[in-house]
Amino acid sequence: MSATDTPASLPAPSAPDATRRSPWGEVLHSLSRSGTFLTGLFILLFWVVCALFGQHFVPYDPLESDIINALTPPAADHWFGTDQLGRDVFSRVIVGSRDILTVAPLATILATIAGTALGLVIGYFRGIVDDIVSRVLEAFMAIPVVIIALLAIVALGTSKITVIVVIGLSFAPIIARTVRSAVLAERELDYVAAAKLRHEGALHTMFVEILPNVIPPILVETTVRLGYAIFAVATLSFMGFGIQPPSPDWGLSISSNYGMIGGGFWWTVLFDALAIASLVIGVNLVADGVHGAFND
Amino acid sequence: MTEPSQAANALELKDLSVAYRVGRRDRAVLRNVNLTIKAGEAYGLVGESGCGKSTVALSVVRYLPRNGSITGGSIALDGKDVMKLDSEALRRARADSVSMVYQDPGKALNPSLRIGRQLTEIFELAGITGQAAEDKALAMLNRVRISDPASVMQRYPHQLSGGMQQRVAIAMALANDPSMLILDEPTTGLDATVEAEVLDLIGQLRRELSASILFISHNLAVVSNMCDRVGVLYAGMLVEEGSTKDVFNDPRHPYTVALLRCLPRGGQRKDQGRLDTIPGFLPGIGANIVGCAFADRCALATERCRAEPPPLYDLGGGRLSRCHYHDKAQSLPRATPAEIAAVQPKQAPPVLQVEGLNKTYASHGRPLRAVKDVSVSLRPGETLGLVGESGSGKTTFARLLLGLVPPDDGGSIELEGKKLAPRLASRSEDQVKAVQIVFQNPDSALNRSHSIRHILSRALKRLGGLSGKTLDTRLEKLVRSVRLTDRHLAVKPRQLSGGLKQRVAIARAFAGDPRIVVCDEPTSALDVSVQAAILNLLADLQSRQDVSYIFISHDLGVVRYLSDKIAVLYLGRIMEFGPSEAVFSGPHHPYTEALLSAVPKLDRTESSRIRLDGEIPSAANPPTGCVFHTRCPRKIGAICETQEPQLTEAQPGHTIRCHIPYAELARLQAPRITAAEPA
Repeated sequence: MSATDTPASLPAPSAPDATRRSPWGEVLHSLSRSGTFLTGLFILLFWVVCALFGQHFVPYDPLESDIINALTPPAADHWFGTDQLGRDVFSRVIVGSRDILTVAPLATILATIAGTALGLVIGYFRGIVDDIVSRVLEAFMAIPVVIIALLAIVALGTSKITVIVVIGLSFAPIIARTVRSAVLAERELDYVAAAKLRHEGALHTMFVEILPNVIPPILVETTVRLGYAIFAVATLSFMGFGIQPPSPDWGLSISSNYGMIGGGFWWTVLFDALAIASLVIGVNLVADGVHGAFND
Repeated sequence: MTEPSQAANALELKDLSVAYRVGRRDRAVLRNVNLTIKAGEAYGLVGESGCGKSTVALSVVRYLPRNGSITGGSIALDGKDVMKLDSEALRRARADSVSMVYQDPGKALNPSLRIGRQLTEIFELAGITGQAAEDKALAMLNRVRISDPASVMQRYPHQLSGGMQQRVAIAMALANDPSMLILDEPTTGLDATVEAEVLDLIGQLRRELSASILFISHNLAVVSNMCDRVGVLYAGMLVEEGSTKDVFNDPRHPYTVALLRCLPRGGQRKDQGRLDTIPGFLPGIGANIVGCAFADRCALATERCRAEPPPLYDLGGGRLSRCHYHDKAQSLPRATPAEIAAVQPKQAPPVLQVEGLNKTYASHGRPLRAVKDVSVSLRPGETLGLVGESGSGKTTFARLLLGLVPPDDGGSIELEGKKLAPRLASRSEDQVKAVQIVFQNPDSALNRSHSIRHILSRALKRLGGLSGKTLDTRLEKLVRSVRLTDRHLAVKPRQLSGGLKQRVAIARAFAGDPRIVVCDEPTSALDVSVQAAILNLLADLQSRQDVSYIFISHDLGVVRYLSDKIAVLYLGRIMEFGPSEAVFSGPHHPYTEALLSAVPKLDRTESSRIRLDGEIPSAANPPTGCVFHTRCPRKIGAICETQEPQLTEAQPGHTIRCHIPYAELARLQAPRITAAEPA
């Protein structure tokens, strides 16, 4: 046969269909119309703004004590009252978001990176690697975060870095499990066989071929974990293993004031607790929105 | 049927228009469809995917998806206007008078309920309970000729084969004795042998039940065997209608003419000319159509076609055609020139030599011999067609060749005289690029996160060893050789149609100048017009590059078109191996005979067909002696049950694994062989 490319030998291919939105465009579009997501984002952004710029607009220095005015109830000059050292609770709540909003996201990012790498490896290789690593991860997940934190603090001393590492590593197995199950479905697809038929290395197959396709479940899991991380940071701070004084951190404030609830000084604790609750709820609303957008 | 609706038409669509709301705009899917199915009639609806076939079915039972709405016209079932029914009356209509059978029975049956429970439920709705319902359910299963219905009642859907599941689905659909039965691609996912059984069953039930049937299929041959009348749907419009015989033998719309020409028919082979194709694409849903919807793809179209929408011309004798030039539709010029230069048969040494290949899996502690003692050889530029029902080991054999799964010890695969390592990882770069594959499903085979440029460049880099400028030049050539353009490089796979995606997959397989390309059902997910273009492309590439194909397909017409040699597999064993023409024209193995007989044919009236009894046995527990004896219509006696026949040479290069001597097979099959050779 002649090797000419006779134009008539096959139908002219059509132009690519550009009218359809890309999958990511679809997700953004869906997020922009999700009330859940927008509400959560609003709460989250509020606290981010407080963390970044709060110190410039709060009425008092959150660290300055004023013993004479200690424990005054909420009033016009101290909206949320003052604590036992006479510090303005309103200013402390606003600025108190700073440490938790540094530590929790960094811990979550660490958990995501470590968990994704681990999940890709065990999902891709399966077999004996999966069996061994999965059992180790399960054993690890069975230990409460607090115990791990105690051990780490004894070994490393208290610091923000320690908190980030402790929470990051204890959440990594959970993310690894999610990634693993996504990879297990993905590795059966023919493009992975096609990569093997090009003699691609395992690293290329895992990170260049498979990883981009498992991003959606990773993103969903990351936002969910961020909510848990905020809670974990607050808990550790409350127990004294986390953020250290004199930070106006919420967990730390509750810890140093909760003994006074009995004396009727509820305002020293309530507003910090509400702040933690609102931030966790905001993040979870964002997570719900992201989950919904990817699963439409 | 005892209903008083006998006089009324079973189904009447008047000017039915349906639109789907996408992105705040109503997009027309059906445009003024008029269609009447008389009581007891079987009506076939054909057309390519996206032309609105399933939307018709869903509209009839008012099951349109949430964004779909009926924008005009009326639907009458048994004379009752479906549009005017309130929700309770609609529920009753669905329960009493209309039933639907879907393509995938695995999804239509509830996986967590026993078959018996699912069937009795229907009778309970009608007020029959307890033992009476059980008896009725059993009677239904008997009616669809399921073997051992009592035990089927106790089983869960996943414990049944696809064919049996579809029988159960049909039993459920018939349980309420409907006046209208809608079958939406009921045999599309099934093996040809099973498909033939299910079609036979539907045919028999038609005579018993006198239900009217709306039969939706993309398979023209199936429709031609099943239906009295047929309607051809294009872009949501009925473009041709008439009796099945008239429409398929004497089509009067260029679209029907073109569709029929896309199929490899009458034993057509690649060296006898290219298949015809339909240029261009179906108008997108909701497209604004001025003039004739088919004008852009029609070589007969004139200015009048582009300006003035053709009405449905009544050609008399119940025939309708939506074409201004219906009288000369058959003079439609070919879109693809047929002539190809004759290929000289070569006597080169074989490119592939497989000897005694085995693969055993462990299944519940028992050995499962997926491939047993397979030997084949293939010359450069030749195609080896692999045929057999699902579970016969076709795909496993392909994966062994590719090295994706290692074969058992012993046996050998030689590529151009050099032994191939069993595992892919231990094969050399040259050997890896020499054996490539085109997968069945391009959505799975192309990484959806990567652009076409990335996919092809990576293949050229790894398989072609290219980089930089030479890679770019080669990429351009590669893209042109599969008839894509630069525009397609920037996009992701999802932005391309199925046929274009498959071209990308073919380009990828050809990136490293392969010696052998495995084609695993490469066209089974595509429409016939696209299939024809892909088959032409494969044939062109083969004659240009002297590449050999291992071609796996359940469509024997397609296999015959492309193959030089055929291996018929059953339970992992080769039952017959030889030149394509010898295997197809016979005398052949009784199993081959049954496979060929199961294929629905467009241009042949019903002749006696061979049916295989029962299911393909499990490879974990194969029958003794000849593995085919449990289903063989030509079994000769005890020897078949005790002694496995050898592959013996019937004629030079043509081997058959059967105890019946070749001369005897020739005598037994003599009448059939002449009948199977269509004009």
